Amino acid sequence: MRNETAQINGEVRMTHETGLHARPSVKLTKLAKTFSSTIHLAVAQEGPWVDAKSIAKVMATKAPQNTTLYFRAAGSDAVEAVRAMIALVEHDFADGNGTASAD
Amino acid sequence: MNVGIVIVSHSADIARGTVDMVRQMVGDNVPLAWCGGNPEGGLGTNVEAILKAIDLAWSEVGVAILVDLGGAETNSEMAIELLPDDRRNKVVVCNAPIVEGAILAATEASGGASLDDVRRTAEELSPS
Repeated sequence: MRNETAQINGEVRMTHETGLHARPSVKLTKLAKTFSSTIHLAVAQEGPWVDAKSIAKVMATKAPQNTTLYFRAAGSDAVEAVRAMIALVEHDFADGNGTASAD
Repeated sequence: MNVGIVIVSHSADIARGTVDMVRQMVGDNVPLAWCGGNPEGGLGTNVEAILKAIDLAWSEVGVAILVDLGGAETNSEMAIELLPDDRRNKVVVCNAPIVEGAILAATEASGGASLDDVRRTAEELSPS
């Protein structure tokens, strides 16, 4: 039985060489928007937390390579959301949703 | 259905390049069109070309226009004035830098956001 209001947390070390620059930020934001849960992101465990669905705020974190990214989500698909965000970062933002990533 | 994006620059190269960047970074699920330059290959913007671009990027949920300077903005506003009644209130000019605003607007639009949200997102980068 999952408590639907529970907050789900996760963290992942970002090895992508450019860090959370423009293209990774777009992919992360687009993925976050596919979930109904609220999803927040921070570059430190104590925050500050930013809305992972806000492209301007995600880009403004300017998180460099080897930053640990912290995610927290709340809502009916929070578990899937955090799992998907971590998978995206682990896979170096390689398979975002719907982007022309032929590079 | 997603909000469409129109890029209006004085330079055809900047407008085309901005659209390329949006396609590569955000993908193909947002209607996109651009216009810029004059028929002689020089710099300029004109109302007719803007109207054509709005038509190409048309979406029933609206179209957000990103512009560079001066005439690009006034001609875009003029083009909006000339739209039929049922379209005029579904097109806005964003007060945002053209390239950065286009990426932000398209990212927001790709998630199915409303025209208001798309414009607000594009304008998040503007100095307040």
